[in-house]
Amino acid sequence: MFDTAQGQILEFVRGRYPQAEIDAEQDIFAFGFVNSLFAMELVMFVEKTFGITIPNEELRIDNFRSANTMAALVGRLQNEPVVA
Amino acid sequence: MTLLNEAPAAVAAAGSVTGPVTGPVTGPVTGPVTDRASARAFVDACVTPYANAYDRAGRVPEDLLDQVARAGLWAPFLPSAYSGADMDMVTLGAVHEEVGRGCSSLRSLLTVHTMLAWTVRRWGDPAQRERWLPELASGATLGAFCLSEPGAGSDASGIATTAVETGGGWVLNGVKKWTTGGQRADLFLVFARTATSIGAFLVPRDAPGVRVVPIDDMLGTRASMLAEISFQDVVLGRDALLGPSGFTAGMVLTGALDLGRYSVAAGSVGIIQACLEASSAYAAERTVGGTPLARLPLIQAKLSDMVTDARAARLLLAEAGRLKDAGDANTIMATWVAKYFASVAAARHAAEAVQIHGANGCSPDYPVARYYRDAKVMEIIEGSSEIQRITIAGQAERETTI
Repeated sequence: MFDTAQGQILEFVRGRYPQAEIDAEQDIFAFGFVNSLFAMELVMFVEKTFGITIPNEELRIDNFRSANTMAALVGRLQNEPVVA
Repeated sequence: MTLLNEAPAAVAAAGSVTGPVTGPVTGPVTGPVTDRASARAFVDACVTPYANAYDRAGRVPEDLLDQVARAGLWAPFLPSAYSGADMDMVTLGAVHEEVGRGCSSLRSLLTVHTMLAWTVRRWGDPAQRERWLPELASGATLGAFCLSEPGAGSDASGIATTAVETGGGWVLNGVKKWTTGGQRADLFLVFARTATSIGAFLVPRDAPGVRVVPIDDMLGTRASMLAEISFQDVVLGRDALLGPSGFTAGMVLTGALDLGRYSVAAGSVGIIQACLEASSAYAAERTVGGTPLARLPLIQAKLSDMVTDARAARLLLAEAGRLKDAGDANTIMATWVAKYFASVAAARHAAEAVQIHGANGCSPDYPVARYYRDAKVMEIIEGSSEIQRITIAGQAERETTI
């Protein structure tokens, strides 16, 4: 088990694609396996695991390029004030 | 045309198979549908006795759509803040199963409405949600899903409908085909090619340039009021676009189809259950040489497989629903598997149900011929069995390849 957001996201991606040797810095889109099904799974995983809702304007490719950029997005959204 | 809510003589005469004719659709309903039991009661009273008549007429009557609205069935999964009932997905699956047990055409109308309502809930901005969700929850606005085209079915990436961005919004051009509920729907969820990706657009039926042409006389789900819908220079506001653009735009389609597959899987379970109930009742009454069909081992084999597959398909559906309620990403593949298994099983058991009924099964006096035709449709819509096998095999490959 990983404690960090990067680690948890990496574990999820590696679980889906064990053949991909990937680290937190690598561009997952460069592997060529990101399709709409995996994108949906990835967004659902991030939202559920970290208890956030990703607004449409944050669903940008730059936010999902690597485990590190996704972790940064998670950190940003977790620190935003909750709007009732 | 107008369809009266009266069970024709042939359907009434077959009451022992289809259930008693309890009265016209306009009769009193006990209350909102909140779970499987209340859904079953609603369907048995208001849907099943008339489903063969709907099938022959090629449409369901407005009275039935109103009854569905009064029962709170159109989009009970929406939040109460938008006049929904906060129904969980496991329960929604059970409700759609019960509706599918009675009438696949009505279940099809629920399916496409569900796909549109869920998409607005998931991807709509606050203004879009406020504008549409209360009407979608109440059934005041009925939705339909426009993806397939004359030249693009399973190959969704091949769609030719275009949405061109203008200064103040969008201009839509193209033709959609096989749109379930298209003859009746008020609001269309249209997938169209943009400059960068495939976008999802909300298009009111009364927008200038929208033309609806009914498609009749289909093999199955004959009362689901299919249509071909053309869009000629349809001018839309900026707020017609739903969801993100760019790499995640495909997620809007993926999510909508996921809900569609979930509902179709539920409807397929309902068909298997309907086949079981019709066949076991017939086998108990019909005799051959003084022996009820139900005592014959070859008939028992068919019935036992119906029981087993109904339970297995129901469990797969419930697992997919549980994962949806948990927000678990594994729900997408679980829903593929449930839809694939349930639809194939429905087609198989509907064929066997006709076989058990013999010549009666081929007649309009029993419901199993309708189940047979409807079940075949389940193997094609929301991802054909072939596409599902490719996707499921892809899952196996990516999880096991080293």
